[in-house]
Amino acid sequence: MSRLEARPEPSRTMMLASPLIAAAAMLVSGSLLFLFLGQEPLHAFYVYFIAPLSSAYGIGELLLKATPLILCGVGLAIGFRANVHNIGADGQLTMGAVAAGCVALYFDGVEAPVLKPIVLPLMIVAGALGGLAWAAVPALLRTRFNTSEILVSLMLVYVAYLFLGYLVHGPLRDPAGFNFPQSKMFGESALLPLLAEGLRVNAAFLLSLVAVAGAWFFCRHTFAGYRMQVSGMAPAAALYAGFSEPKNVWLAFMVSGALAGVAGVGEVAGPLGQLQPSVSPGYGFAAIIVAYVGRLHPLGVLLASLLMSLLYIGGESAQIELQLPSAITGLFQGLLLFYLLAADLFIHYRFKPRTRATTTTPIATESLQHES
Amino acid sequence: MNPEYVIAFLASTAAAATPLVLASTGELVAERSGVMNLGLEGVMLVGAVAGFSATLHSGSAALGLLAALAAGMAMALVFAILVLTLQTNQVATGLALTLFGLGLSAFLGRDLVGQTVAPLPHLSIPVLSNLPFVGPLLFRFDALVYVSLLLVGVVAWVLARTRIGLLIRAVGEAPHSAHAIGMPVVKLRYATVLFGGALAGLGGAYMSLALTPMWVEGMTAGRGWIALAQVVFATWKPRGLLLGAYLFGGVTVLQFHGQGLGIAIPSEFLSMLPYLATIVVLVIICRNPQTILLNKPMSLGQSFKAD
Repeated sequence: MSRLEARPEPSRTMMLASPLIAAAAMLVSGSLLFLFLGQEPLHAFYVYFIAPLSSAYGIGELLLKATPLILCGVGLAIGFRANVHNIGADGQLTMGAVAAGCVALYFDGVEAPVLKPIVLPLMIVAGALGGLAWAAVPALLRTRFNTSEILVSLMLVYVAYLFLGYLVHGPLRDPAGFNFPQSKMFGESALLPLLAEGLRVNAAFLLSLVAVAGAWFFCRHTFAGYRMQVSGMAPAAALYAGFSEPKNVWLAFMVSGALAGVAGVGEVAGPLGQLQPSVSPGYGFAAIIVAYVGRLHPLGVLLASLLMSLLYIGGESAQIELQLPSAITGLFQGLLLFYLLAADLFIHYRFKPRTRATTTTPIATESLQHES
Repeated sequence: MNPEYVIAFLASTAAAATPLVLASTGELVAERSGVMNLGLEGVMLVGAVAGFSATLHSGSAALGLLAALAAGMAMALVFAILVLTLQTNQVATGLALTLFGLGLSAFLGRDLVGQTVAPLPHLSIPVLSNLPFVGPLLFRFDALVYVSLLLVGVVAWVLARTRIGLLIRAVGEAPHSAHAIGMPVVKLRYATVLFGGALAGLGGAYMSLALTPMWVEGMTAGRGWIALAQVVFATWKPRGLLLGAYLFGGVTVLQFHGQGLGIAIPSEFLSMLPYLATIVVLVIICRNPQTILLNKPMSLGQSFKAD
């Protein structure tokens, strides 16, 4: 009956090919969806996936939107490798933005020239600390009280959104802002420098590349990185070797929280330039998909972030040019992860050659549908 | 304090608790069979949009609820195929289901924003519903409130006293032994996951058809995750679900009644309460590792492959 058999060992080729298969499957179902929505599929495909990349401005936007995804995704991937699931990156990003925003507003109007160059570094440090503090809660509760870090980190996302909402409706609202729930625009010294004239991508993108390099070094060349990988792949072996689980949890949350916080700085000190009721269209959640699609590898995360960023800006251009609903972006993101998980089946299994299938007895082969 | 006010508070607590009761009861059954569906939030959202859309277009709330059941089961089926047949990781697949549900429900509901339907009709029994105090507290809810309470009782009875309940528990505690004596482990898990999906869909529809009869993107606002936490809070026993859900219902309602009760706190902080309460309750329950070890189904979250 069965057409699948277990591979003697996991396939490395499939491990790398499966994200590509997933991306291709997503593009195919995307085209079908365009057809269903009454669009000419090829034209819609062009508007969604090609046109945004055909100008320097478009590339700048691609890198701009990839920045928070890279920062969050790299941090999450480090944790996921050790089976520590931080899914509250969007909350940590928000708290990073809040902390950086407070610094920016505190120094607003300060004229002393000595202070100006330290505002941005202070904001980045404050943002990292803000995200880190928010991530410390699930880490503490998991290591101290055994609570699920998944549920706690997620609950704190909503708390962070509400806290930001309170600030921009209350104490930090711009008094001259016609009652709009947003803070004052930050001063020049509190904005990240742009990478090129006419583009919106800023220095946070460089920080994200540093994060990728740092994470790669951490995973590849440090004992802590090795320890975390063993804990994820073979928990029993890690226990036997005496690797500390609490250390892994803390490290994963500290790194991912701080990086998510920096991603928040990149938003408020970049394209937004102020605190708004929402500082992220769900980058912290999209970063979960990015981490898995990037195979939990820093370089993979970099590539997956670019793809995910294309989904965001493609969605925007399709909305403007073809009046397609903006919700398509979320649909594509979810589909991508589903296809990846399904394609990953072939890392451990393969199709049985047809000729052998007729001659071997079912007992001799290990099969998926065996028990049904 | 005004007694009428207290009655209104208690009555809206029951309404706010009902989606949680529905979703967490379904999830509890799935978890007792060893499958944890972290996609509950996404399933609830799709149920909410399906129920609302069907009611709006057909004019019948019953059809809306049926559509929500079916949509919830369809979402759960996707999860079940991936997790049970293709053996994918339950955590990753659950997260994928939530993110997919967020996108899908926003996509399906793009033309529904701003529309309204008549809320689910409330019970009206001559004499009984008009009794002072007792009437509004016991006899004036919509049918789903009573259904959800009944359901908890039925699930508790089935799990504890029937053969199928024993099967579910056996499969959750020791799938390999259950398989060895000829129990259909995977089929049974399909059934419990679909049951959980159906109830989560219904819970979502209760929000878009009764609690606030309209569709708003992401309107479940974490209820699916709170329902997951409730299963832990109830230590995987149905009777604990009611206490938890009504407690959270009360906390949720507090934000709307906060000002009336004379609490001078910005509304955002009151809105944080359900999330903070979930964390506090999780800490209280999980603090003692033995509570968890004694009650958690042994195979929870692990893939099962017959060999």
